[in-house]
Amino acid sequence: MPVELSPATASLAGGAPEGAADLLRQMWRIRLFENTVMDLFTRGLVRGSTHLCQGQEAVSVGACAALRPSDTMTCTYRGHGAVIAKGAPLDACFGEILGRAGGLCGGKGGSMHLTDVSVGALGSNAIVGAHLPISVGAALTSSYHGRGDVSVAIFGDGATNIGAFHESLNMASVWRLPVVFLIENNQYGEYSPLRSTTPIDRLADRAAGYGMPGEYVDGNDVVAVHAVMEAAVARARVGQGPTLIEADTYRQVGHSRSDPATYRPAGELDRWLARDPITLLSDAMRAGGAHPPPEDVEREAAAEVDAALRRAMDMPEPDPASRLRDVYGAAA
Amino acid sequence: MTQINYRKVIAVAIADAMRADPDVFLIGEDVGAAGGAFKTTAGLFEEFGPRRVRDTPISEQAIVGTAIGAAMTGLRPIAEIMFADFAGVCFDQLANQLAKYRYMTGGQVRLPVTVRMANGAGAGFAAQHSQPAENWFLNIPGLKIAVPGTVEDLYGLLRTAIADDDPVLVFEHKNLFALKGEVSADTLAIPLGKATVVREGTDVTIVAIQQMRHRAAEAADQLAAEGISATVIDPRTLVPFDDEAVADSLRRTHRLAVVQEAPHGGSWGASLVARMTADNFTLFDAPPLVIGADETPVPYSPGLEDAWLPSVSRIVSEVRKLVTW
Repeated sequence: MPVELSPATASLAGGAPEGAADLLRQMWRIRLFENTVMDLFTRGLVRGSTHLCQGQEAVSVGACAALRPSDTMTCTYRGHGAVIAKGAPLDACFGEILGRAGGLCGGKGGSMHLTDVSVGALGSNAIVGAHLPISVGAALTSSYHGRGDVSVAIFGDGATNIGAFHESLNMASVWRLPVVFLIENNQYGEYSPLRSTTPIDRLADRAAGYGMPGEYVDGNDVVAVHAVMEAAVARARVGQGPTLIEADTYRQVGHSRSDPATYRPAGELDRWLARDPITLLSDAMRAGGAHPPPEDVEREAAAEVDAALRRAMDMPEPDPASRLRDVYGAAA
Repeated sequence: MTQINYRKVIAVAIADAMRADPDVFLIGEDVGAAGGAFKTTAGLFEEFGPRRVRDTPISEQAIVGTAIGAAMTGLRPIAEIMFADFAGVCFDQLANQLAKYRYMTGGQVRLPVTVRMANGAGAGFAAQHSQPAENWFLNIPGLKIAVPGTVEDLYGLLRTAIADDDPVLVFEHKNLFALKGEVSADTLAIPLGKATVVREGTDVTIVAIQQMRHRAAEAADQLAAEGISATVIDPRTLVPFDDEAVADSLRRTHRLAVVQEAPHGGSWGASLVARMTADNFTLFDAPPLVIGADETPVPYSPGLEDAWLPSVSRIVSEVRKLVTW
């Protein structure tokens, strides 16, 4: 039987809350990080591909702001923002994408596998939907030990059509595990618009099939995302089981570095740029007046990102012999 | 010493591991009150309860994925995939997640996951429930593979797998469930990567696992009556593989036959022959031989399945030819 959540009422319509500057700073750190990665890629310093999240920052920032350090989070190959929001250091994130020894994973993972277990960022996964059962497992550990920690899986709209989504929501609900499933609906599954692959308008409606609450939230309103997440996390923490949240947002860039996103209808990007999550929060802060000017926050974040990049560029390349390590823990 | 069969020793090993470590738990389809589809987990639910013996939906991806997430956050899961063939429906979790997670994260996590699967042909389960699926995983670094063929090895390798900090796939051969054996206190000490010499001989080295180990031993008895003296080696684990045990025997016999209930392509026997010829070419007095199954799916009808599997008489005849080559 679906359980109703009391609707989260907080949103930017109520003005910028206390702590807005911290949310804005985190969103700017991610935005400028992603812009820098795009530049690094263009300069030939990043291998393979990158999947950037400009425009989607409010989802991971609002979500991770609702978590405590011992809570865990998994995300997708479009996960730089989520891993940074969970607390991974910018220099080691840059270092990993640059393939340096000082990167989060020693240069073995790269852009699609940013992971910082020390801050509860259990992994960015390059297989669509595959991290959902892994988050269920982290929630099982919390439940097994009665720790009250919550596990969050952040994934795209495309993942709601893969089998692991179904298996994970079903099992988490049967076992009432403390996990929050957060759909970052950026309107496109790779190159295909959601409407062409999915027969319903509201992905959160799928929650009913798993006997859990389904919540829809404006994913470009960081305050609203935070409020909805806080309610779901609180519910999970006290043993009431999982929640499915759909946060509507927009991928301002193509699927990956090689995608110019020419398939988007004319005007669509402009409409979403007018609702850019950073602009929305900055405008609310200016209207409220009491906060540090958003420009100051942006300037500080830019300085931080620049300094992190410089440190990362100074990191050495990995020792080629290190490729043989970490396959097994003990010698096989 | 306790006399017990291959089927029942599984629950004994799991129970001993669960008593020894409160972080060990079991998940899988019907493993709880039902005691498992093959009754290999009977009694565990009664002793350890639903927290540690967890029935799952028919959701192999969720079973393995949950085990991965639980392992990286500190637990020591045992996941049961009812038939090894069903590894096909969770291959991503096994091949892309379980095998690679430690590596991709630069060693940030350990994955003490044991995946148990009922494996192999000969019991009339037909093409989708009989495959020797251990061969699917040979080319995926990050996974260890145990293929116990006796009661003692099953107990010892299961305990070792559960205690190991890396993922171990343990293949339980469902045509050996009635096999009898004994477990004792020192059964525990079976390391991964350590072969056992089933019998010593001087004319030929026969390497075989699980069901074929027993057929190879029977064939060796018959060959002995003809005056052909065979060594039979059971590697017991395919990853890591005890190459040295085979090479050591080859130095005396100079002839190698692998017996496997699998087609040749991409199999452990084919890999072993390739490694042995590359590393020990000068030891061979005859071309190495792989006695395997047909390059077809496993058929159902008893006459068809019997013909598909290498028989004792076929092993005898092919090894005889090898020795007189």
